[in-house]
Amino acid sequence: MGEFKVHRVRFFDYMPSAIRALAFQPQREKIAVARTSGSVEIFNCADRFFQEKIIPGREQAATEALAWVGDRLFSAGLNGVISEYDLENQKVKYTIDAFGGPIWTIASNQQGTHLAVGCEDGTVKLFEVCEGKIQFEKNLAKQKGRILSLSWHPSGSRIVAGMMDMIRVFNTETGQSVHRLLVERGIGASRSVECVVWGVVYLSDGTIISGDSSGKVKIWDDLTGTLIKSHQVTKWDVLALSVSQDETSVVAGTSEGTVVQFQFLSVVLGQEDKEWVQTRIFKNHTHDVRTVLELGTAVVSGGMDTQFVVRPLLDKIEERGPECVLRKIQFPHRSLVSCAKKAGLLLFQYPGHLELWRLGESDGHGASGSVLPVKRKPEKLLHLKIKGEEHICCSAVSPCGEWIAYSTVASFRLYRLHCDNNNVSITKVSKLPKVLSSANQICFSSDSSKLFAASTCSSVHVVSLSQTVHKFVCTLKPKSGSVQAVHLLAASEDGKWLASANSDREVQIYNLTKMKLHSTVPVYNSGVTAMAIHPTTNNLFMVHADQQVFEYSIEEKKYTDWSRQVQRNGLHYLWLARDTPVTNVTFNPKNPTHIILHDAYMFCIIDQTLPLPDSSSQFYNQLTLRSLPEKDRTKHSHAFKMCKTFKELMFVELMEDQSLVAVERPLVEIAAQLPAPVRQKKFAT
Amino acid sequence: MVEQSGVRVVRCGGNKINFRAPIITKDCRFLICGSGDSVKVFSTSTEECVHVLEGHTDQVTGVALNPANHLQVYSCSADGTVRLWDFIDGILIKTFIFGYPILSLYVSEKHAGVIFVIVAMENQNKGENFQLLALHLPKVPDQEVEAKDMFAVLCDISPNPGSTAFGQGGEYIASALGLRLNVYFFRKQKTYRFSLKATDKKGAKNAFTCVACHPKDDCIATGHEDGKIRLWRNFNQKKEYTYSTQHWHHNAVSSLCFTPEGMHLLSGGVESVLVQWHCEEVNKKDFLPRLGGAISHIAVSSDGQMYCTSHSDNKINIIHCSFKLSAVIQGLVKGNIWTDLVIDSRTKALVMNGRPGHLQFYSLQQDKQLYSLDIVQQEYIYEEGLDQFEVMKAVFDVRGNWLATVEERGRDSDLEFALKLWGFNESAQSLELNTTITAAHQDRITSMCFSPSTETTMLVTAAKDGQFKVWLLGTDSETQKEQASWSCDFVGSYHGLQPTNCCFSSDGSLLAVSFEEVVTVWSSDTWGLLTTLCQPPGPIRELCFGRLSCSKYLLATTPKNLLCWNLLTCSLEWSTPMDVHLLRSDPLSDIIAAFCLHSKSSNLFVFRPSEPRPLFTQKAVCEGKVQRCVFAPRAEPLDSCDERFQWLNRSRLYYLTEKMELLSFSTQTEDERILKSRKQLLVDDSVAVTPFYLLLGKHRRQQEEEDKLNFMTNKVSERTQHPQASVAVKELLHTPAHVLPAASFLCSMFVNSLLISNTESREEKQPSEKDEDSDKEEDDSEEEMETGDGQQEIRTQGSVEEAPPKLSKAEEKELRRVRKTDFSWVTSLSSS
Repeated sequence: MGEFKVHRVRFFDYMPSAIRALAFQPQREKIAVARTSGSVEIFNCADRFFQEKIIPGREQAATEALAWVGDRLFSAGLNGVISEYDLENQKVKYTIDAFGGPIWTIASNQQGTHLAVGCEDGTVKLFEVCEGKIQFEKNLAKQKGRILSLSWHPSGSRIVAGMMDMIRVFNTETGQSVHRLLVERGIGASRSVECVVWGVVYLSDGTIISGDSSGKVKIWDDLTGTLIKSHQVTKWDVLALSVSQDETSVVAGTSEGTVVQFQFLSVVLGQEDKEWVQTRIFKNHTHDVRTVLELGTAVVSGGMDTQFVVRPLLDKIEERGPECVLRKIQFPHRSLVSCAKKAGLLLFQYPGHLELWRLGESDGHGASGSVLPVKRKPEKLLHLKIKGEEHICCSAVSPCGEWIAYSTVASFRLYRLHCDNNNVSITKVSKLPKVLSSANQICFSSDSSKLFAASTCSSVHVVSLSQTVHKFVCTLKPKSGSVQAVHLLAASEDGKWLASANSDREVQIYNLTKMKLHSTVPVYNSGVTAMAIHPTTNNLFMVHADQQVFEYSIEEKKYTDWSRQVQRNGLHYLWLARDTPVTNVTFNPKNPTHIILHDAYMFCIIDQTLPLPDSSSQFYNQLTLRSLPEKDRTKHSHAFKMCKTFKELMFVELMEDQSLVAVERPLVEIAAQLPAPVRQKKFAT
Repeated sequence: MVEQSGVRVVRCGGNKINFRAPIITKDCRFLICGSGDSVKVFSTSTEECVHVLEGHTDQVTGVALNPANHLQVYSCSADGTVRLWDFIDGILIKTFIFGYPILSLYVSEKHAGVIFVIVAMENQNKGENFQLLALHLPKVPDQEVEAKDMFAVLCDISPNPGSTAFGQGGEYIASALGLRLNVYFFRKQKTYRFSLKATDKKGAKNAFTCVACHPKDDCIATGHEDGKIRLWRNFNQKKEYTYSTQHWHHNAVSSLCFTPEGMHLLSGGVESVLVQWHCEEVNKKDFLPRLGGAISHIAVSSDGQMYCTSHSDNKINIIHCSFKLSAVIQGLVKGNIWTDLVIDSRTKALVMNGRPGHLQFYSLQQDKQLYSLDIVQQEYIYEEGLDQFEVMKAVFDVRGNWLATVEERGRDSDLEFALKLWGFNESAQSLELNTTITAAHQDRITSMCFSPSTETTMLVTAAKDGQFKVWLLGTDSETQKEQASWSCDFVGSYHGLQPTNCCFSSDGSLLAVSFEEVVTVWSSDTWGLLTTLCQPPGPIRELCFGRLSCSKYLLATTPKNLLCWNLLTCSLEWSTPMDVHLLRSDPLSDIIAAFCLHSKSSNLFVFRPSEPRPLFTQKAVCEGKVQRCVFAPRAEPLDSCDERFQWLNRSRLYYLTEKMELLSFSTQTEDERILKSRKQLLVDDSVAVTPFYLLLGKHRRQQEEEDKLNFMTNKVSERTQHPQASVAVKELLHTPAHVLPAASFLCSMFVNSLLISNTESREEKQPSEKDEDSDKEEDDSEEEMETGDGQQEIRTQGSVEEAPPKLSKAEEKELRRVRKTDFSWVTSLSSS
């Protein structure tokens, strides 16, 4: 596997923000996640919950709820506006003020014709969904107290609203309130506090299920407006409810970090009489579960502890595959770190600022596994705050360390770094070509002479950089005419080639000398999570969300022999069962057959000279190999060499001087920065 | 009365009542549980044992109410029979012979005429395998029937009866073994299997421990090793089954039980807290803590009014459904036993370690615990590995006035111990702590004994520090006079050797102390060393003086020999090569019992010290080593004439085996006597049998007998007829109120019953005229009466002491004279 000097970087204080809302798009099997920072992420359920898109947030966005209408995604927040997103270009399309004060909830009907929003002033406002816009239609009868949750009856004729101390059922035709269901407050000290109905669900048989701040899940009948059953599920609040498509299962998220499942079961087997029975409890969160989704085959939940948790329901899954594992998604599925290989600089991307660090140095030599003495400590060179409200969507530092570029939805900025001994200064490059208004992904060529910025409709702008003039060279466009944005760019070491991957899973290879499309890699049915061009062979190495690896020879325009052998052989089942995608690929110039990959929990070196592991061989065999005598090692070793020495990894890169940079972000440090969870009695405390 | 078979080994007291779950009868008046070879019926209100249903010849392994008749109970046993009893009258109705040892028994209302039993699987060479069989009970009027019609329901199940339960309406049966739950549906004849993983990342231990089924819904509750309770639903689906998990117990759940309406689920474990879960509101639960030992079984009466829990310390708690403890049935606690078995001469109770830190006083005759004496007087903390004080030794003096105890804590290096002396307080009728000696010796006390002499109250302790000390009840005036305390009187040692045993001669004049291989004999008056005995070398194990006619003999055991010295000649009288590990003399006779281990079973020898020939030998009294033994004096002596069994006449020998079974010997005379007394005890079923009732019943019987006597002497009683005897009144009181006719109708009947009929009064007058005749007849009638007395004695042999007081002849004549006086004026008054 080889030995490396490792920079174990722990000064990237990446802090994800809490998840506020989830919405499921059943046709395309996509989940939209809204975070408290205002960003919206799109996860693809069919593609191993790969994070396909990230729409960056903005200051004071305060998104409270999400709703899909067909393929269109709407959000509403406490700033009182409804936004529709442009999912292709990953930005907000337009916003419209609802004029009802802060909006707590938004819900669309199943027909896809209307949106309902619940406002602070006690109104439920109906909007008609039109082509390209939404239009206010009417207010339902105004109530006292804010509307916190809404749910449409599947027929669309009624809507139920959760309020303070009560639930109301409205007729959407007349706009009048049909029922007023009173929710009792908690006992004891909480008697004086209003009971907040955080979640309601309206089922097609007329059952209303509500979850409230007294910790109860209540089941009501809308015909009579009476309470059928009440389940005390927690001492604290029930914050979210979700029902499965077939209406046989309801999940409730609580402040204790638990997700409680209710199932519609027959009490006596084989009889028609069914009842909502509390069944399983999933405890995967440490903090409030603010939002849940019951997908039928899995329960997805998110909350204050910033984790996106997918808990598969094994009883509903027909065949067990590598997909059916519990996933906890902590980190974004793209790199927030870029690295100047030659200069030894690291650029960290935070939502509101950038940090540039110089790596420490050490001249010591030690045994494998020992900690070397640090000669020069790592140093923070730069703290670059962005202007404006928008958050950064991408950033990059050039390999020579001279250029820093970042982009928000609204603007693109390029800075030049002057670094003489200890004085660091930057100057903003003022005269940028006009086309560079914003970018989805930025990349520098290896000699730092060119800047590649991915833009709308899968196009890539090429700008040549020099000390004085920055000239727009051309725009590279794919032939497919895809409108999706590019999320990955890779430039070759010799400056000849550029590869781009977009959300339509297309990978284009451009010839930079001719400035035109060279070839298109055959589309594979899973998104590309990481790719890189080999410095010596110019092979494009790609890793997909389903853990498949491909090597594509650019010159020959075909998959390499090794890649075909991998496909023939199949990968080891333990590799396929890994639950986090590979987020970075890099190569070892000293040893061209080695490919270095990493995901959140390990990094791995693929040695292309060694045989591939078959299903009977031991996959994680580093320790066993070490214990074997020298002779037997070659017999037992295989191409995949895994290293799990490091904690949660955000970035791994091999520097020019053969030292390895591993950026760790231990989850305990993230957990330490979270607010304290609700107090719970623990046994023996 | 001639014995043919001789002596048999019996379990005659202190049996486990917590071996299997007890049941409560439908009317909540009785609790039925298996106890050793018998089934016991307890009254739930008075905690008394009402009936002992005897007939099984091996451990009873299950009881169940007959679903067809709630006044009958099935019991199964390891002897391979299922018996049906009428527990109200204590009668065996039927015996079904199955032939293989039965481990557990289940009944279901849906399956009439079928019972389900767990048996060990046949033709299985490796390991033990168990299966559940459905056994058809043939409908034949015979007393003993062979039940051969059976089929296997489930194979490879847990032998633990709590791991199998019948579901709602008997539709299915759920059984758990290891990590698998099997549900068998009778109608579809299909088994569904659900398994759990052994553990997960959080360290759960998912092995099943017990199963219970909801009586109304299709819901199965399972208890798990790590204290979780899972409620399974939808289990007629292969994949879409579901369960919810509850967790309160911190250790394995040992028992689960639903209440009959399914409102609550009861669970218990080692915490000895009964937890009541509300099925409607999952998070709500009630607790009943501090119930005693670990809960092993929970049962609920069929109306849900009463719960009972059986505990590892051989106790059954009866709990009212309002979660109040209403009665406790305590059996003999058989935990760790360090003390010898001791008989308290006051209560005739067996004294040994009971609850941790306590001594229990257990009446062997009544087979119940009298009380438990807290010796350590410290809170016992239930935690593994915690070193806490335990009673190691207990000795009573001859009259039962004093009790000496030794409690210890710690191992050799950090040993802590205390010698405590307890005096009997006459006014409080209980033992009270008199003196605590914390540093009685430098090292562990190995042996101690009280002097049997009546003049002085003296205790001798021998310890590992090479000394024996004599303690006297202080009479010195310096301390307070009313509370005499104990103090050391003499310290003796012998060449720095460790004393191992000490023993007083029966008159208290000699003290024998064994120092490793040497036996020293000391005079208790002067504390001078009289002699040393050490002929065949070998460490002395046990030391024992002969009694009564053999008091001049001193017996000792070494690993190789049994030795007997004559103290008059100070020479070895006889010795036999025998590896005796337990030697015990009968305090009431001159015989001595010795147990020795031979080829993994113990043999008993009973002999007189005067002759080396055993009076009685019994081979293989039990498997393994006999741990402890004691002679317990009988309440009334037997009159066995067979020479071989005469040693059993005055006292009874109890011994404790390695499996903590308390065994004893029974002769045939005794068995017959017990049978007789059983028949006598058959009582009116309207009254629960309490001591008070028995007392009353005796009185009544006495009265009846008196009446009979009167009839014999042709003396018609002058007393007015007792209103209770009236049939009308009895009917009135015993008929349920709702079926009684109108009160107006009853009134006349009731008043009529109070009146004395004319015919009777007329008859009464006749005897008064015949006074002279009766005088003449007096003599023969007296003879008759004596014979009657004799008969009565035979009849009430069970209670010689409580026999009606015999009257002297003069008193009797006086009594008769009083009876003969004419009281007819009373009747004339009442009729006028």
